[in-house]
Amino acid sequence: MPFLYENRQIVTPGDLLAEGDYLAGFNAYKHDSRIYASRLGLVEYRGRKIDVVALNTFYVPSVGDLVIGKIVESNLHGWTVDLNSPYPSILRTSEALNRPFRPQRDELSEFLDVGDMILAKVISFDRTRDPNLTIREPDLGKIKYGQIVKVSPAKIPRIIGRKGSMISILKKETKCNITVGQNGLVLVSGRNREDERIAISAIKKIEEEAHTSGLTDRITEMLRKEKGEVIQ
Amino acid sequence: MTEKISLINKEGIRTDGRKLSELRPIKLEVGILSNADGSAYIEQGKNKILAAVYGPREVHPRHMALPDKALLRCRYHMAPFSVEERKSPAPSRREIELSKVIREAFEPAIFLEKFPRTSIDIFIEVLQADGGTRCAGVTVASLALADAGIPMKDLIVACAAGKAEGQMVLDLNDIEDKEGEADVPVAYMPSFDAVSLLQMDGLLTTEEFQQAINLALDGCKQIYVLQKEALKAKYQAIKEAAEVPEEE
Amino acid sequence: MTSVMVSRIRRQQIAQLIADGKRLDGRGQKDYRPIQIESGIIGKAEGSARVRLGKTEVMVGIKIDLGEPFSDRPNEGVLTTNAEFVPLASPEFEAGPPGEESMELARVVDRGIRESKAIDLEKLCIVPGKKVFVVFVDVYVLNHDGNLIDASTLASIVALMNTKIFKYELKDGEVEKKPGFSPLPLKDIPISVTFASINGKLVVDPWLDEEEVMEARLTMAFSKDGRICAIQKGGAGILSPQQIVEAVNIAKEKTEELRKIVVKS
Repeated sequence: MPFLYENRQIVTPGDLLAEGDYLAGFNAYKHDSRIYASRLGLVEYRGRKIDVVALNTFYVPSVGDLVIGKIVESNLHGWTVDLNSPYPSILRTSEALNRPFRPQRDELSEFLDVGDMILAKVISFDRTRDPNLTIREPDLGKIKYGQIVKVSPAKIPRIIGRKGSMISILKKETKCNITVGQNGLVLVSGRNREDERIAISAIKKIEEEAHTSGLTDRITEMLRKEKGEVIQ
Repeated sequence: MTEKISLINKEGIRTDGRKLSELRPIKLEVGILSNADGSAYIEQGKNKILAAVYGPREVHPRHMALPDKALLRCRYHMAPFSVEERKSPAPSRREIELSKVIREAFEPAIFLEKFPRTSIDIFIEVLQADGGTRCAGVTVASLALADAGIPMKDLIVACAAGKAEGQMVLDLNDIEDKEGEADVPVAYMPSFDAVSLLQMDGLLTTEEFQQAINLALDGCKQIYVLQKEALKAKYQAIKEAAEVPEEE
Repeated sequence: MTSVMVSRIRRQQIAQLIADGKRLDGRGQKDYRPIQIESGIIGKAEGSARVRLGKTEVMVGIKIDLGEPFSDRPNEGVLTTNAEFVPLASPEFEAGPPGEESMELARVVDRGIRESKAIDLEKLCIVPGKKVFVVFVDVYVLNHDGNLIDASTLASIVALMNTKIFKYELKDGEVEKKPGFSPLPLKDIPISVTFASINGKLVVDPWLDEEEVMEARLTMAFSKDGRICAIQKGGAGILSPQQIVEAVNIAKEKTEELRKIVVKS
């Protein structure tokens, strides 16, 4: 059984993970009949598939992703949005307004302007064109309240947790609304600044310790301690 | 004028106290610059070199973007204060050649086809130079690329070997490079036994060249282990601190 | 518009043939294209040569001047090598300052000459620390059809072999020309052999299409006595240690052959 590492061990690019009839999953690749890691991360052997949970990545858009972005440019056709990704993305006016755009009467900048943050969804992306976004669904659009914290996109799954377990704890303990963008931006909106601050420091701690075990317990404990101190 | 300096004494010890096939002491740190997407720092003997990676990111100027893969760019540069006699900040012919040769050392290792129409920019800044800077530069830039989360087939590691005062030596320092008979820098992908940078200047018989390459590859394999440790170090430390069972 | 990009079909043909040990132009692995050498063609230069390697054409002119030695080598003359990718040589060459490719070419040609100590630089010293002869080697690429390095090295060494320096007399520390010339003092004849690695196989003297398709390029220069004096790997691919050994053996053999051609010319 040629598994060359223990599960959840840290591996580096070029590390030989296994030899034989396996499938290369995330952040791993196959050459001849060998599976190698392509990124620094934790190796996970799942039956025939071998994944590496990367410790740090950048965001490459995927259709259907919920993302948080910043408007950086506006023109007649719509806006350019910075998703903290190698690829700038495009929000066309047709994907922003729920009615046709009337250039004579509509002033686009009143609707969305450079510097605004938006919650959007990726609707298209391929190798030849920049990603396209939409904000036409309910709950999408300009972000008006809350604070945004930036983390490595690789940590987003850990912030959500298995079946949402981690994010439920965060929401419950801090009473904040937390919206996670797949591109590494997280929107925290609470009753007051202090609750938001506690939520953000928990998120930062998750980012730092995502690769360790027992994290859920430590975060729960940290949140209870913080709240305890505040009440006093 | 100047007396001929002896590079190796009768006991086979070099000017900096090393044995013939001994590497200089190496210190590696990863993730030290906050703005760059990835960064790392190396000290190898008296060499002090900083590497940073920006990317994948939008290509500027736009017309240089490649439709099917990322554009890899590399700048090897020496700070004016890095050498004995101040070096002009303008890129010298040597820096231009080394920038090219180092970029070519990384091209086979990075999954460039995964990120069309972007650029990956590698910056290597030599803050203090003492021979073998292109190899140390490759070694540290590898870590910066990994730190940036750029997927690679393998880490690239580099080391030079050569001949000084008639003997084959590993990891030449500045005086050995200047006064010695030959210098052979090599960059290597250990998982594939593949050479991605190879140069030589000096005079070597074909047998001596073979010895030099073997010595350099051996040095590469040793440094590879240090690279891996450096990448894991930060995360291992956090893991150990976090998972310590609480003592009440 | 003319593009030097190689079509997909041609790429496959080249790669397939090479796997069988053959090349698209009929050559074998170790065969050079026909070489034509002319020397002394530019009268106003102190030395010159033109080399045609297949359709690649390179001219080298040598100019001699007086100058100061480098501070760390006060008893030696100065060698400086430059290469220009003249725009007329290829639709891909643009006018302007030297790019990284021409810089690399100049430095690799220079390395072969310098490390083999081909020029007896000490004999070019006039007043130690103050006045020496400066040898300018200018490589002028006139037509690019592959393997500029070997064509340039050949042309450079032939040009140096027919370079003449003026005779002089030192009067009160000033150099005064005397009638007559002496040949540039040469101690060696470095020759380079360049390989392309295509689908893992090595071939010598790649022509343009092979260069477009190759994974890596490997140049090795040898001195007269069979020692290696310069090596440069180029290109975005890799070489195995076994390929490097193979290249050393073939290059040693070929440089001897090429040197005979040079000496005869």
